[in-house]
Order: sequence, then structure tokens, then C-alpha cells
Amino acid sequence: MKLTSEEQEMLEGKYGKAAKKSMEILTTLGEIFHSDYMVDVYGVQIAGVSYANLGEAGLEFLSEMADDGKVRVLTTLNPAGMDRENWKVLGIDEEFAKNQNRAIDAFAKMGIITTCSCTPYLIGNAPHFGQHIAWAESSAVCYANSVIGARTNREGGPSALASALTGKTPNYGYHLDQNRHGEVLINITTQVKGTDEFGVLGKIIGDKLGELGKKIPYITGIDSATMEELKSFCASVATYGGVALFHMEGITPEYNNYPKPTEISFDIDRKDLEKTRSELIDEDIEIDFVSIGCPHASIHEIAKIASLLDGKKVNKEFWITTARPTKKIADEAGYSKIIEDAGAKFAADTCCVVAPIKGRFKGIMVDSAKACYYGRAKNQFKVKIGTIEECIEEATL
Amino acid sequence: MKLEGRKIYKGIAEGEAIVTKDGISFYGGVDPDTGKVVEVGHELEGQSITGKVLVFPTGKGSTVGSYTMYRMKKNNTAPVAIVNKQIDTIIAVGCIISEIPCVDKIDIDNINTGQILVVNGSEGTIEIIE
Repeated sequence: MKLTSEEQEMLEGKYGKAAKKSMEILTTLGEIFHSDYMVDVYGVQIAGVSYANLGEAGLEFLSEMADDGKVRVLTTLNPAGMDRENWKVLGIDEEFAKNQNRAIDAFAKMGIITTCSCTPYLIGNAPHFGQHIAWAESSAVCYANSVIGARTNREGGPSALASALTGKTPNYGYHLDQNRHGEVLINITTQVKGTDEFGVLGKIIGDKLGELGKKIPYITGIDSATMEELKSFCASVATYGGVALFHMEGITPEYNNYPKPTEISFDIDRKDLEKTRSELIDEDIEIDFVSIGCPHASIHEIAKIASLLDGKKVNKEFWITTARPTKKIADEAGYSKIIEDAGAKFAADTCCVVAPIKGRFKGIMVDSAKACYYGRAKNQFKVKIGTIEECIEEATL
Repeated sequence: MKLEGRKIYKGIAEGEAIVTKDGISFYGGVDPDTGKVVEVGHELEGQSITGKVLVFPTGKGSTVGSYTMYRMKKNNTAPVAIVNKQIDTIIAVGCIISEIPCVDKIDIDNINTGQILVVNGSEGTIEIIE
């Protein structure tokens, strides 16, 4: 790998221990994936924030890096294991809260903005078309590559941190034009609508690509999609298929840049959507938890929830998970009061996937196919997917 | 017998080989406190990888696995070296942050459990000494 003199000096330790370790990580990855050189990144999104995942060892690693490590580019954080202000109300124990804050403090010491959100693109970490970035968080990676047309590989916690502390990433994979071509043509023959249904579509495509051993779908037949629908689709197709990039004809910016795939193709119709939806509804589910905001709810979604909850009362645990900056807009707009008066709770900085709530509830209802996957696998809940309207109906029964 | 591979992380370590044909997920698949493989149905289920030269085709699972490897190193439950057929990001990053010598591009069919190996991560070679 060809390094600039600055990169070489980082590797030799002239920029400190953390930059040296970071450059070791990046050059090794570069060698493994046959990269010729490093590119400058505009911004970084770091995952591996929840103390439940980091543990003491991860925290120790972060503390070591924070000894002399400082970010060189805009860097934001993934959700943590708890709401940093409202954790008590949400039933998080004090020991966990203390440790979670130690982790966040280590990130802050390095100059990372501790936004704790899986939707960095909604709160100021907003690359534009063609920019190189180094993001972890599979749903945001998929959104950045596909919807924005920025360029990132699927980074893990340590490699994203390494990019933050050096401002570099090795030039391979999705950074290169030749690896961004669609591989499988998928034609949608029915109208798809709503965050839940786009999540169901993501599961169909993700599962199918997994079977085919392919990664980049080229999707036709979608007339329109909202930002929220695409956000849900990205989370789902990344969860079920490890997809980091898709093209959607007429919707995403790069669909016309590469030839349409011709070798493998299949259709998805209304029956496919209904069948897969039924796979995301467990039998004999007893719902005692409703959560909206996977990925983190936008201000538009919160406005909708407020209008649906206005004057009602919820009778189940109901979380709206979102980024704290979005919550602040909701406070100012008056949505938060309506939602909290109805008895629902905001869980900013966190979500139902990373919070330590394993076994705490029997059944969860969500509008997100990704949340269904982790609700089952990680938290051992029964799950049910539905529209936002159906989620609110269930909560206010 | 000396086998030529590719250097992933520097350092030289000697130890007894433990070989599997299954991929390894450190996050969830290995208990970082005991050093035992806990993935149900894994070829090495119930066996300890502590202090061994761990030989397997490639990594799998969550990227949090890199931190699990670091935790094992701190707990003194880590393998002394890692040999892969084809390295993946999780294992590579895990070896770098935990400072575990690592070599890949090795035909692991040539290695048997119980053999004593010297792994030279700086040169990218391994030697089967008995």
C-alpha cells in the first residue's frame, strides 16, 4: 500500500499511540482487501457504543485510545444502551447507567459528538453524493451508500474509530465504482407503502440475496418512497441480507450510472409481501411493549405519532426511540407534551435493539422488520409488525 | 515443515494447535471468561482455546467479536496465535487491537490438532515442529 508521508508518520507513532494503532488497523485492512492507497473521509459514524456490547474490555480499549487520541473529522455515535437523561424512568439499573456513561465519556474525550443515533444523516452528519466516509451501523451504511450516494464500507466499531482518529480509510470495496454495480434485478409488481411494508420488502430481498450469495440489488417498480420508508427498508435489507448498497430505479441517485443487471432477476408481488409479513407476526403473541423508531424516528414520524395519540391514553409500555436533537425539536413543536400526556415515553439516545431489556417483555409490536429480528434473537420477545397506526391502536386498546 | 502465508499481525508465538473446519464467531460463540467455545453445534463446542494456536477457516458473526478477543487477551483466556485460511475484518481487527500474532492464506488441512506450531506473524509463516 502506498502511504503519504503523513500516513507513514502516523504508522510510526509520530502522531501518538492511538493514531499509530489506528493506522495499523487501516493499513492491515487495506492489505487484506488489496487497496492501493488511503482516501480522506468526510465523516465517521461509530458503532459499538452500548455497554452491553462493549463490556469492560471494550471500555478499556476505548480508554486506552482516548489517552492521546483525537478525532480529525466529524464523528458521531451510534445509540447507547440507555437514554442519557431519562434512564431511570425506562427501568435501566444504576450500575449499567454508570458504566454506559463511562463509555460515552471516553468517546467524548476523543472529540466525538455523542449524539447516540443510528440516523446520523438526520442530525448533521450528512455527507453528499460521492463523498468518502467510514461508517459503522449497517442501516446507516446502506442509507448513505444507496440513498445519498456517498461511499462507505460496512465498518465495525474499531475500524470506524481508526478512521475517526486518522481521517483516512483504505480505498477498496464500495469506495470504488467497479464494486457498486447492481447484481440482481428485482421487479416489484405491487404498490409498497408504509415503513412496515418497506421493512417487509427489505426482508424478502435480504433473505433472497443471502440465498443467492449476492449483495447489491437493483430494484424496479417502486414509484415513490418517503425518506422514512427508505430508512426502514435500509435497516431491514441490511439486517436480513447484509446489504450495504442498493439501486432503486427513479429513486436513488446512482441507478443510472451502471448497467442494469440481466443475469439474475425475480419479481416480488402482493402475495410475497403478505407471506413475509406473516413471518413477522408470532403466534399467540401477548403484546406488552410497543416501540416505534427503528431506525430512530424522524421529526415527521414523531409529528404523526403525536397526532394519533392526541387525547388518548396508552395502556402498555410505549417507547418512541429517537435522536436527542430530534427530541428537542419535538419538545419545541409541542409534540413531546402530547405524546407524554398520553403516557408514552421517549427513549432518546437508545433503542429497543441495544437497550438491556432482554426478557423484560413478553411481546413487542413495532413498525420495523429490523426490530422484529433483534426482538426475537437478542431479547427473546415474541414480535408483531404493523403500521404506525396499528401500533398506536394496539397501545391504546 | 514450514508453510508460507500472509502476515496479518506481527509477533512470534509457539503453542499447541487446535484446528476446526467451522468458522468462529467470538461474539456469542466463545465465552471470554473461560476461553471455551460455546456455540451450539460447533465442532469445538465445550473445548478451550486458551493458550492454543487457534486454526480455523475464517471469522463470522458480529463485529463486536473484535472486542471479545481484546477482552480475552486482558482476561488471559486468549489463544496465543491465530491461523486462518482467509482472514476477515473481525478477526484481523481483533488480532491488531489485542496484539495476537496472526497469519492467513494457509492451507489449514495440513495442520492437525495437538501439533506444536510456531506462528511468525511478522514474516507470515508457520512452522509445524512436531
